[in-house]
Amino acid sequence: MATPNTPLWEVFIRSRNGLAHKHVGSLHATDATLALQAARDIYTRRGEGLSIWVVPSSAITASDPAEKGMMFEPAESKIYRHPTFYDVPDEVGHM
Amino acid sequence: MATASIQVAETPLVLYALRRADDALILGHRLSEWCGHAPMLEEDMALANMGLDLLGQARELYAYAARVEGRDNDEDKLAYLRDVRQYRNLLLLEQPNGDFAHTMVRQFFYAGFADLYWRAMMKSGDATLAAIAAKSEKESAYHLRHSSEWIVRLGEGTAESHARAQAAIDDLWAFTGEMFEVDDSERALIDAVIAVDPAGLRAPWFGMISDVASEATLTLPKSDWMQQGGRSGRHSEHLGHLLSELQSMQRTFPGATW
Repeated sequence: MATPNTPLWEVFIRSRNGLAHKHVGSLHATDATLALQAARDIYTRRGEGLSIWVVPSSAITASDPAEKGMMFEPAESKIYRHPTFYDVPDEVGHM
Repeated sequence: MATASIQVAETPLVLYALRRADDALILGHRLSEWCGHAPMLEEDMALANMGLDLLGQARELYAYAARVEGRDNDEDKLAYLRDVRQYRNLLLLEQPNGDFAHTMVRQFFYAGFADLYWRAMMKSGDATLAAIAAKSEKESAYHLRHSSEWIVRLGEGTAESHARAQAAIDDLWAFTGEMFEVDDSERALIDAVIAVDPAGLRAPWFGMISDVASEATLTLPKSDWMQQGGRSGRHSEHLGHLLSELQSMQRTFPGATW
């Protein structure tokens, strides 16, 4: 069992066809080197990735779920920010 | 009740493939014993992954041994229907898991050898062995990386982890000499450039082991008295128990599938 002084790490994987590293989960490890190895062993067993980042969970500053009204609701009424009011010429294809 | 053991015509090449296959199967089985018991979930996965790498190596080597032998045997029969005295693995690899330090030191000693060995075997004149080597080398390189990182952390960790790592090194040291042994049957394959002479791997292995041990503030024993016998089927008392579990299903229900 992971002891209380074993830090938590967040794992980000860049997949074969993906451009950006995506968050895939977290794990416990005593230091960055072992965190990288554990990430390889846990999250890339089925050929998921070509690159791994590990970040100490303590380095992440998260928004407060209790503030979601203030943080996110004001955007909900601004539908004009979605690019749905333009006619896209067929030649452009998928944007 | 139990199925009888098979006989194997151990020509030099069959025996050579069997020895490496047995190494991989027995160490892989030992690692699988950790499944669900490792100190933390992350290491549970790491140990099982290494075990599966080794099981994959064992399968290819058994299949090749069976093909070279050219009789009725196949990879399953070679794994499940040979007796303890017919097993040809290194004594080091059948040693019990013990504590985590023992498991890691055993892995470290063997992976350090296997990494060098498979890399050299990529130049084997035997195309199948060279192909197995190319795949196994990448796996062994990772096993070495993982186990040596742990050796450093155990050695430099707490007083207890240091003491356990040192005890494991002292206990297992006498089993390391067997990795570099050559008998007449292998000498012929070495001369034919099918096999690698392990004597040439001894100095680089020792250099690498010494570097990691020194970084880990651990001491390698001075003793050069070494155990031997695994390659010719003379095993420690532990292998019979391991095989009775590994083989129980096929021995009790021959040919069972699911």
